[in-house]
Amino acid sequence: MNYEAVIGLEVHVQLKTRSKMFTRVAAGFGLPENTLTDPVVLALPGTLPVMNKGALDKIIKAGLLLGCEIAAVCKWDRKNYFYPDSPKNYQISQYDQPLCRGGCVEIELPGPARNVMGEHKRIALTRIHLEEDVGKLNHVEGASLVDFNRAGTPLMEIVSEPVIRSADEAFAYLTALKTVMIYGGISDCDMEKGQLRCDANISIRPAGTAGLGTKVELKNLNSISFVRDGIAQEIRRQTAVALSGGTIEQETRDYDGQTGLSQSLRSKEMAHDYRYFPDPDLMPVEVDEAWKSAIRATCPELPFDKQRRFMEQYGVPYTITSVLVPDRGLSDFFEETARLCGKPQAAGNWIANDLLRELGAAKIELSQSKVGPAHVAGLVRLVDGGVILSNAAKEVFVDMFRTGEAPEAVVERKGLKAETNLDELERWCAEAIASNPKSVADYKGGKESALNAFKGPVMRAAKGKADPKRVDEMLRRLLAR
Amino acid sequence: MPEELFNSTIAELSGLLDRGALSSVELMKAVIARTKAVDGRVRAFNSYDEEDAMAQARASDARRAKAKGSGSGAASRLEGIPVGIKDVISVAGQPLTASSRILEGFVSPYDATVTRKLKAAGAICWGRLNLDEFAMGSSTENSAFATTSNPWDLERVPGGSSGGSAAALAAGEAVATLGSDTGGSIRQPAALCSVVGLKPSYGRVSRYGLIAFASSLDQIGPFARSVEDAATVLGAIAGHDPRDSTSLRQEVPDYNRGVSDLAKSGRRWKLGIPREYFGEGLDPEVGAAVQAAIGEYRRMGCEVREVSLPHTKYAIGAYYIIATAECSSNLARFDGVRYGHRSKDAKDAIDLYFKTRAEGFGPEVKRRIILGTYVLSSGYYDAYYLRAQKVRTLIRRDFLDAYRDVDVIVTPTSPTPAFRKGEKAADPLAMYLNDIYTIGVNLAGLPGMSLPCGFTAGGLPIGLQLIGQPFKETELLAVASAYEQRTEWHLRRPRL
Repeated sequence: MNYEAVIGLEVHVQLKTRSKMFTRVAAGFGLPENTLTDPVVLALPGTLPVMNKGALDKIIKAGLLLGCEIAAVCKWDRKNYFYPDSPKNYQISQYDQPLCRGGCVEIELPGPARNVMGEHKRIALTRIHLEEDVGKLNHVEGASLVDFNRAGTPLMEIVSEPVIRSADEAFAYLTALKTVMIYGGISDCDMEKGQLRCDANISIRPAGTAGLGTKVELKNLNSISFVRDGIAQEIRRQTAVALSGGTIEQETRDYDGQTGLSQSLRSKEMAHDYRYFPDPDLMPVEVDEAWKSAIRATCPELPFDKQRRFMEQYGVPYTITSVLVPDRGLSDFFEETARLCGKPQAAGNWIANDLLRELGAAKIELSQSKVGPAHVAGLVRLVDGGVILSNAAKEVFVDMFRTGEAPEAVVERKGLKAETNLDELERWCAEAIASNPKSVADYKGGKESALNAFKGPVMRAAKGKADPKRVDEMLRRLLAR
Repeated sequence: MPEELFNSTIAELSGLLDRGALSSVELMKAVIARTKAVDGRVRAFNSYDEEDAMAQARASDARRAKAKGSGSGAASRLEGIPVGIKDVISVAGQPLTASSRILEGFVSPYDATVTRKLKAAGAICWGRLNLDEFAMGSSTENSAFATTSNPWDLERVPGGSSGGSAAALAAGEAVATLGSDTGGSIRQPAALCSVVGLKPSYGRVSRYGLIAFASSLDQIGPFARSVEDAATVLGAIAGHDPRDSTSLRQEVPDYNRGVSDLAKSGRRWKLGIPREYFGEGLDPEVGAAVQAAIGEYRRMGCEVREVSLPHTKYAIGAYYIIATAECSSNLARFDGVRYGHRSKDAKDAIDLYFKTRAEGFGPEVKRRIILGTYVLSSGYYDAYYLRAQKVRTLIRRDFLDAYRDVDVIVTPTSPTPAFRKGEKAADPLAMYLNDIYTIGVNLAGLPGMSLPCGFTAGGLPIGLQLIGQPFKETELLAVASAYEQRTEWHLRRPRL
């Protein structure tokens, strides 16, 4: 029997806010233990939470970008459970009234080849809600130490409908979601810093049937690749159990990215009763139309919409747009360059190939680059106007990336201007023809490739500054006499 | 100068301080001496820091001298006045125990908002006053450290949970005190100790720095020797606090000026007497004293009419569901991980929780945590918590309906005068019924106060409860003041 997978993902995204969710102390990563704390974070007796409005702005933005319905009121609940990383032993969260419902994430599945666009799908969302992160336990010999630096950081939980069908779809979903979050300035989504974390609910069923099998929750999927590999492994595991006549247990499993295997953490019997109830310390907050429209005005174009527009409006090919679009800064750089030079395709090529290569080699970010859109646009204009030749242009690019000088200045300094003196070119061509009668005979006898024999001497004479296209034309013209 | 500084009002003392007839250091010394003389018997304080109090007094005198030199305006009424603080409200650098073993030895690193405001007004934060553990109780017998005695009869309880705050004031160990009131914890001990106690409207005073018992019911309020003093302290601690989102953004009026303006206006108050508050269980002597007080109001020209609060009978049930549910969650933080008591021989995290909490919490606190955990459990939530919240809405509506016809509602504060220590300790239900007249006020979020209105034949104080409309503390205080002006109950002091 064939089985198909049914997958739902719960993604936790840390919001990029200056301060924590319910107090003014800074949110951050990589600082000495327990330095990002205050009486509220540590839940000292008598302390009270006060909502960070900036975090609410961010989740509303996420909801608007993903097409969710935004609740009219932001209501807070307490989720009660004891764990040493939870200072209050309850987490402030949203239970029955999440801030966002519905919406979807557009994804692109792998295409038949790298340079061919894959199928697009929309993965429906159940809900998005806001809560506070917990601290971190560090286990040392004979003891567990708690670091509360992370505790209280605004955390958004994005729950998908169980409509993901494969490990590849899950991978594509996370990639797309991450891109949208970064686009909106909602989160940096650095999985290594725990800014994006993913749990997967996975079940299988006979292919083509509609029911839902027993689901297994897979935790500790610490990178996007682990999400893909872990889900693929879990589907294989469940399929093997089913094929051998066994039953799949409802349980939570821990995935180990190093071994590629998972093991059971706890079974259904140990499920918690969280005793949710409305948090009496926090008043519900009204989210009115004015607030939503103010945030809507700050929402960027969605990545896939941008890609479609780049392809239609600028005629830039898929391969280039798929490099430009995932990076909002690079896309903006491209659009500005295209606007300045009026040659979007050339601009796209320079940015997707040369600029990215140089950034990679220099190990710097786009924001640190000395080359701006005006540089690239200038270079495109120089090439297009025949002022410099394409191999000289490559040299100019490398130089201006290093120095930050305008391309015209680099060309001037290095004397890279293309030879445009036609008399001189004609003389070099005539000399080359005159010195090689055998090739003249071959060419006139119909051997087209004999033409190449003249080009070398001409280019040498021109010290490389001759336009091969012009040389070709000139030679043909002279030989046709 | 009055013979007994420690038994004077803020109004009297601030006058002396202003005229230079008294220094804050002298006043503080007198209060410390009195405390040392009587607190062995009253046991109102969990602790006090004599050195710190004297330093505050010296600082106050220095501020006063400096202000005089620079010719700046009159000092705050609370400048140099020792105010006792219930040991459930945080004072930076002082112990904060909630009278619980689980916080024994804990020193709070920050000031509650009310503490900060009192200090800003020049008051001296004086001592840590005993209470029922985590403010759960009506007698201070649930304190893990000691039972406070009623200064009027040392064999009897002072009421609770703010028993230490009421007793200290009655015994002359402070000039005013702060308490907290979740179901009557300011008003009931005020009644039992013959002092004025005021629970403000929910949201009038910041709860930041008050150890939460039941967040949606808790309010901090003053105990004082006169209505005027209560108004003074309320004015100093009230107002919106950005650290407490349940505190309302509403201007704080000058309560004393408001009260005297209303007195001058000759307004004829309409008072409501809820028939549900005068039924079975009301001690006849208490009932008679309250009726006499109502008669006094009639004589001063107030219009008195009967009103009905039909859902009163559900108040205790709703209260014990909401309060315990909230406390079960609020007290979860006391786990031995970050501060306070930590069991010494725990094997792992779960064991640490069990042992720390088993050792740290007393029986009443455990009873309420268990009850609250139960009512929030999956499958019971709708039947208990949700229904209790609906009852709460109905109770608030009862009051608001009544206020269409009357300005202030008048009732007894407590059904009985102070009872003997141990008398109700074994019967939690009998103890819970002590709050029968005070609980509705918390459920409805209203301001309420208790003021002295007489004594039993045996010499035990009786309190009159006045219940006001939301955020109309000025009117409430004005009605209280009118009675106080015509009576002398508030001038009596216990013999110690």
